[in-house]
Amino acid sequence: MGKLVTTSQFANPDAAFVALVEARRGLSEAAAAALDARLVLILANHIGDQEVLQQAIALAKDAK
Amino acid sequence: MAATSEHRALFQFAYRRSADQDARAVARHPVVVVGAGPVGLVVAIDLALHGVPVVLLDDSDRIGDGSRGICWSKRTLEICDRLGVGERLVARGVTWKLGKVFRGEDLVFAFDLLPEQSHKMPAFINLQQFYLEKALVDRAGEIDSIDLRWRNRVVGLERRNDGARLTVETPDGRYQIDADWAIAADGARSSMRDLLGLEFKGVTFDDKFLIADVRMHADDIPVERRFWFDPPFHSGQSALMHRQADDSWRVDLQLGPDVDVEAELKPDRFMPRIRKMLGGRDFDVIWVSIYRFNCRRIDRFLHGRVVFIGDAAHQVSPFGARGANSGIQDAENLAWKLAAVIKGEAGTELIESYDCERIQAADENIAHSTRSTDFIAPHSAAERTLRTAVLALAPRAEFARQMINSGRLSVATAYDSPLSTPDEAPFGGSARLGAPVPDAPMRERDGRDGYLLERLGGGFDLLYVRDGKRPQAPPGVALMIIGEDRIDRTGLFAERFDAAPGSTYLLRPDQHLCARWRSYDVGKVSAARTRALGF
Repeated sequence: MGKLVTTSQFANPDAAFVALVEARRGLSEAAAAALDARLVLILANHIGDQEVLQQAIALAKDAK
Repeated sequence: MAATSEHRALFQFAYRRSADQDARAVARHPVVVVGAGPVGLVVAIDLALHGVPVVLLDDSDRIGDGSRGICWSKRTLEICDRLGVGERLVARGVTWKLGKVFRGEDLVFAFDLLPEQSHKMPAFINLQQFYLEKALVDRAGEIDSIDLRWRNRVVGLERRNDGARLTVETPDGRYQIDADWAIAADGARSSMRDLLGLEFKGVTFDDKFLIADVRMHADDIPVERRFWFDPPFHSGQSALMHRQADDSWRVDLQLGPDVDVEAELKPDRFMPRIRKMLGGRDFDVIWVSIYRFNCRRIDRFLHGRVVFIGDAAHQVSPFGARGANSGIQDAENLAWKLAAVIKGEAGTELIESYDCERIQAADENIAHSTRSTDFIAPHSAAERTLRTAVLALAPRAEFARQMINSGRLSVATAYDSPLSTPDEAPFGGSARLGAPVPDAPMRERDGRDGYLLERLGGGFDLLYVRDGKRPQAPPGVALMIIGEDRIDRTGLFAERFDAAPGSTYLLRPDQHLCARWRSYDVGKVSAARTRALGF
């Protein structure tokens, strides 16, 4: 059973954030939401752990 | 880029006719620096301390109160200390090292800019730029080999193989001078850059920011950098607040891309905004302006015998204090190299390394500044959504806090440089090859306590940790034996340099580490110095 990692794992968090920003540069909100959905599926599959996925969903729902 | 600014003269200087204006032949000087702002003053003083006489031209005759740079970084203060004004600045300024980021009213993130203790200079001071300029002008005035000429505006520039001819306009008309080397330190609106037809490449951001200096008694507010995303007093935008000297405070309010600049500069518009931010405190507005930001640079900083430094070469947004601080580091980088070339200790190729090293620094600063500005002013609703998500996750997830970017504050660049001799053995500690060495407390032989950096000689320094031998330093290198000439009483030197008996460190005149070894070898030291001089 996996545990969600919430500490920073990127050597350069700014660069990771900018990559996500640049991916949506010039997109409408709807197009960006669609991009996000595809990204979520890709990254969820990469993680491949149902427990971790559930914890991530809980954290995302909890934060606002 | 200031939309407007009112400049009151705080310090006024006199135009004086120079002998060059009456000379029959055009006078020739080793170095002419154009622009007596912080960057031009630093390069002039540093060159003079390295033994090179300097003519320093400025088109104005005053230091104005327009509040420009306020945050001076540790490295800037260390450079100023080497030039003889560091302690003055720290005494005058407001020392700080803590940054806080708020979302609405909630603190989401705090950062400490100097986790290492026991450095002579603090992480940052806040001090109005005019005080720094005044201290540097005073210092330049103490040095005979600096010829500072006010109201000397460069209107013509002719490049030659062995120098440059400048045409200078004064209240008495025009004259010409020749320079073996001309340094363009004439700021963002550089006329030297225009005269060579050089263009900036980069990004201009659409968002406009209201910047004001206000006078206010508020000793209850902690001395720290405060940044808000979506604060209750300025909904939907960002805000920044910094304390300066003399009960002066810098406030910075994001206005968005679509505001009417003329209208926003009327007191009936900006006063309510500031009043809301300062929450009922009494204050007077000293200065106000509206800015847009650029992140850009010219392609090369070196154009034959004309060298560009500071804002004349590169510009960034202010979120990170990377403008004037990086310009002062340009000045330091150039000064010792140019002095070595002029004195015949190095070939002109050494100046190429200024271009290489300071373009690395400019690109690092531009990258940080662009990321910060992207975070602070998202380009679209789709980009803003991502930032909102980061801020929302921040209280619960450390990774998100690391992504919050309200400005990554200026630190010196570690150069990946041909002047550095690659390490033969691994070293830990905070000292990095190609970066300025970390400071550490040092005890003198007579028992007085001081610091490492203030004991460096201004040339090549060799730090050698005692292991029973008394090695000979090669020519042109000043030897300091740690454990004999100076005592590492606290052990912090050993920790920061990962030092053991026999460890040897070669420092350039700008205090950057350019070679280190686990044992002393005079041949290797000599070769490393030669390499650092560009051979």
